[in-house]
Amino acid sequence: MLENYFPILLFIIIGLAIGLIMPILGFFLGTRQPDPEKNSPYECGFEAFEDARMKFDVRYYLIAILFIIFDLEIAFLFPWAVVFKDIGLFGFVAMMIFLAILVIGFAYEWKKGALEWE
Amino acid sequence: METLLYLIITLIKIVLIVVPLLLCVAYLTYAERKIIGYMQVRIGPNRVNFSAIPGLRKIPGFGQPIADALKLMFKEIIIPTNSDRFLFVIAPMLVMAPALAAWAVIPFSEGGWVLADINAGLLYILAMTSMGVYGILIAGWASNSKYAFLSTMRSAAQIISYEIAMGFALVGVLMAAGSLNLSDIVAAQKGSFLHWYWLPLLPLLFIYFISGLAETNRAPFDLAEGESEIVAGFHVEYSGMLFAVFFMAEYANMILISTLSAVMFLGGWLSPFEGIELLLGENWFTALLIRASFLWLAIKISLFLFLFLWIRATFPRYRYDQVMRLGWKVFIPITLVWIVVLGVAILAKIPPWFA
Repeated sequence: MLENYFPILLFIIIGLAIGLIMPILGFFLGTRQPDPEKNSPYECGFEAFEDARMKFDVRYYLIAILFIIFDLEIAFLFPWAVVFKDIGLFGFVAMMIFLAILVIGFAYEWKKGALEWE
Repeated sequence: METLLYLIITLIKIVLIVVPLLLCVAYLTYAERKIIGYMQVRIGPNRVNFSAIPGLRKIPGFGQPIADALKLMFKEIIIPTNSDRFLFVIAPMLVMAPALAAWAVIPFSEGGWVLADINAGLLYILAMTSMGVYGILIAGWASNSKYAFLSTMRSAAQIISYEIAMGFALVGVLMAAGSLNLSDIVAAQKGSFLHWYWLPLLPLLFIYFISGLAETNRAPFDLAEGESEIVAGFHVEYSGMLFAVFFMAEYANMILISTLSAVMFLGGWLSPFEGIELLLGENWFTALLIRASFLWLAIKISLFLFLFLWIRATFPRYRYDQVMRLGWKVFIPITLVWIVVLGVAILAKIPPWFA
């Protein structure tokens, strides 16, 4: 069973190798004339006056948290969907109750304005 | 000996997937420039003349992708002073590997033309396409440039938002097909083109494809690289081959999304003329129409790829709050409703799809 996954492992390694070989080729073939201005971070010709890793909006965290909840939800739905034709009405009702709880949460966050960007 | 042989055969198979894929990537850039050129009443690239087969008439601009690749190869790779060198160099790798590796489970034609026929195919695809966001995050973080940083935050939030809608659309496909294996999903759609899942899952097809646009940061969702505000986004500090890897990964992902749309909603390699021999009788022509399975898949992929380019030439860029509104407030409710509708339809065994 697991040997089916061996070509995938090989493919991932080859993917990483291609992503590595191409820049290495570029490093060897390309010119190399470093100069302090060229190597400074790009800021439309200005000198960068502070570190770029600044504070950012807390909404991005909020989106990330909501994403985890919904992604877990999808992870729950996947096995259910695969066997859906076998479990019939019982499985359908059970999942609908689960989805209803999720929708209540979704409606709450919508009303609270967690999905607003202005 | 046996394992060595197996290893070599697998490697040859991988090369047979990767090399045509990279050629497709190169010529997709050419197609993009030509198609968008003609849509904007220009000619597009027409300087590097080249003929695909020696001796034939040279096509204007046909050598452009090769010339571009050679040019990028000889460009200097700049690593900014303030950047995190290690992360800066491995970020393109982390974008490229999943974009290629996802192709391991794509069925290309009838009769097991797939590298790894695993039964968790779709789950693997979902996992691989989600990995791409790490490369973008790391690239923006390692650059230590304000533009790259802003773009990274936007891009990450946008990609994970649309991944939810995408995941729900996939759940719909799974309910209809009852399998995670992509070959089985295609086989479940057997019949005429009305049996394919585009009809019962029409809203999910639209949502999947539009989410695909957002996932690959394509116009009109290309806020991550909006030229007019944050110059080039997360790869503003990248040059030469490091940039080329990002570029190729983006196009490989476009082809991947198109292929998945074709496999899951347009019946993959299935012929739209299934059953035509009953009408026209059995002869070489009908046999060709039915048996040309890889050709049909290629036509369907090209259709979706053309849509990618057409949309880019047509629509203006979304504003960021509109992007988030579309993802969270429009797509997620629609997919949730359609999953319920689909559940009822499957329980009621509505023909011809769920009988």
